[in-house]
Amino acid sequence: MLVVKNLHASVAGKEILKGIDLRVKPGEVHAIMGPNGSGKSTLASVLAGSEKFTVTQGEVTFLGRDLLTLPIEDRARMGLFLGFQYPVEIPGVTMANFMKIAVNEHRKYRGEEPLTAGEFLRLMREKSAIVELDPKLTSRAVNEGFSGGEKKKNEIFQMAMLQPKLAILDETDSGLDIDALRIVATGVTRLHTADNATVVITHYQRLLDYIVPDYVHVLYKGRIIYSGDKSLALKLEKEGYDWLINDYREEER
Amino acid sequence: MANDTKNIIEEIESGEYKYGFSSKIETETIARGLSEEVVRLISQKKGEPEWLLESRLKAYRHWLKMPLPQWAHLDIPDIDFQDIIYYAAPKTRKKLASMDEVDPELKRTFDKLGIPLEEQMALSGVAVDAVMDSVSVKTTFRETLAEKGIIFCSISEAVKEYPELVRKYLGSVVPYTDNFYAALNAAVFSDGSFCYIPKGVRCPMELSTYFRINAEGTGQFERTLIVADEGSYVSYLEGCTAPRRDENQLHAAVVEIVVERDAEVKYSTVQNWYPGDKEGRGGIYNFVTKRGLCRENARLSWTQVETGSAITWKYPSCVLLGDNSSGEFYSVAMTNNFQQADTGTKMIHLGRNTRSRIVSKGISAGRSQNAYRGLVKVSRNADNARNYSQCDSLLIGDKCGAHTFPVIDCHNPSAVLEHEATTSKISEDQLFYCNQRGLSTEEAVGLIVNGYAREVLSKLPMEFAVEAQKLLSISLEGSVG
Repeated sequence: MLVVKNLHASVAGKEILKGIDLRVKPGEVHAIMGPNGSGKSTLASVLAGSEKFTVTQGEVTFLGRDLLTLPIEDRARMGLFLGFQYPVEIPGVTMANFMKIAVNEHRKYRGEEPLTAGEFLRLMREKSAIVELDPKLTSRAVNEGFSGGEKKKNEIFQMAMLQPKLAILDETDSGLDIDALRIVATGVTRLHTADNATVVITHYQRLLDYIVPDYVHVLYKGRIIYSGDKSLALKLEKEGYDWLINDYREEER
Repeated sequence: MANDTKNIIEEIESGEYKYGFSSKIETETIARGLSEEVVRLISQKKGEPEWLLESRLKAYRHWLKMPLPQWAHLDIPDIDFQDIIYYAAPKTRKKLASMDEVDPELKRTFDKLGIPLEEQMALSGVAVDAVMDSVSVKTTFRETLAEKGIIFCSISEAVKEYPELVRKYLGSVVPYTDNFYAALNAAVFSDGSFCYIPKGVRCPMELSTYFRINAEGTGQFERTLIVADEGSYVSYLEGCTAPRRDENQLHAAVVEIVVERDAEVKYSTVQNWYPGDKEGRGGIYNFVTKRGLCRENARLSWTQVETGSAITWKYPSCVLLGDNSSGEFYSVAMTNNFQQADTGTKMIHLGRNTRSRIVSKGISAGRSQNAYRGLVKVSRNADNARNYSQCDSLLIGDKCGAHTFPVIDCHNPSAVLEHEATTSKISEDQLFYCNQRGLSTEEAVGLIVNGYAREVLSKLPMEFAVEAQKLLSISLEGSVG
């Protein structure tokens, strides 16, 4: 589904990603962990097409297409979803209106008719239940005045509405209390099928108690320095990153 | 990628003006230029009574002595007032008795603008007075309204049929001495709408005037007079468009509103005169004086969506004369390309316990300049006056300008006046967020702008709110940064 080969990206002349290789197949869950500043969020942004970063080397194919040449909105319409670490506020635009446009843009891209008002409302009711999102929030402006927890639930609600092929969740667990974490993580798990894939970026193993990964990757200084199965996350929780980083430093030498 | 955004911005800036067509309608015009003879000729063509001619001449003589106002934040090219045609009218063979007699080309023009002149096809609940160039061509639903005693007709007809009413109120809110363009208008106004709501009557439908400039080289000077008698209510809408031309055309209108005791008037405008092309050629110069007078307990609310005109100079105002009266001003002013707007309001608190509220949302794109100018004045006797003002500016791209000139002039210590202001830009983060959800950048900008203007748009009557939303998106086409 997603094949990343030797991806390099920089911002203002400073290289952040220094050769990322990653393969994600349908039905898989990948977790990307790593210390602060290792490039995790950058990787997510670059895959989604953020203009803040310049890709200097490497290639990415998504569903057989050259992802890097596609505009942001086409990547999204093809089924690439980014759950934002800091969801953005859009004053005066209701969540319902925003989602209606988004859903219908996705449908148009697939050559489907737009949803009728009734169909859309039904879909919204059904999907907001998945993350126990207060239905009242959909009549409020996008993320405006939402609590930290509501913002994150709202990201997963949007994911549920758009039913992406590949969801990249950038620190969706940060800033959540225990209950909200459970709700958000359970929501993500419920949305998982054999046909879609999820990449979760996280600092904490506790999220992975709910979203059980098939692979765990450690990103450090712009490279994936180690990959393993879910037991790796437990080990990292206990022992930190030092042992990996030390090994890596030795290798570098 | 950054280049793409730039291209899209440029594309938005080059957005198309949908109403730029002109119609081949036989027009009767007089020679260019302005003199006492021209003023007399206009009056004569309209078969006016002596008192009106006298008042026109007085205004004209006064205008001659007035200097051109220079205080606005506008770069106004010299206007040659002798190079303008002051009267143009679509030719009609005889007085219209029914719709069948309206020139089919005229009917087609208004159909194309989405303003059907046949009552059975009209938007339900909206009565329309259609004004082409200098004259009113058709007023719909007059009979329905007449049953309630409501008068809704062109001002020329009103002069003939209701001379006492017109004479009593015309110039009572905006005298000819008020300002340069008001004086000019008082001298040469050709037509416009007149509306009278009798005591205690709630007008059952929206009243609307649609202004269309068609003829070349002409100026348009309409005069609108609305009188809401004690305890009555009316919601009034105004729309305007003009053909795409390389020349600039002058539009200097006056709107006067009298809101008697306990009455309420809502006046909404969607101003979409031709704004000029993307190089700044052509477009309408829109110099308009709008003012309402509120007696005791009266309410007046102005809502305006200004997207058109090369230059806009307009300050719909409320004179809060009666105790407990209130005035509101809700405005979205959008400028793109080389458009300039200097617009805002005046709230003059004279009575006790008077309240006013100002919400102004400016949007500038392209190389345009957009200014908010407001005056909140509280006189010595206006005990417990209250005002809340909010003026926000949104900038799109980095070549445009937003300016605010709010003035507070308070002579009574019991007044409570609040003022809030913000300036913002559409952020890259907002655009990225929208793009990531599958919206194109153009769609995203339209959505963000509409969200920003929502508080004002929500004050418009339903059908017009939808139109205005579309208009904001279209006017921005080709402009994101």
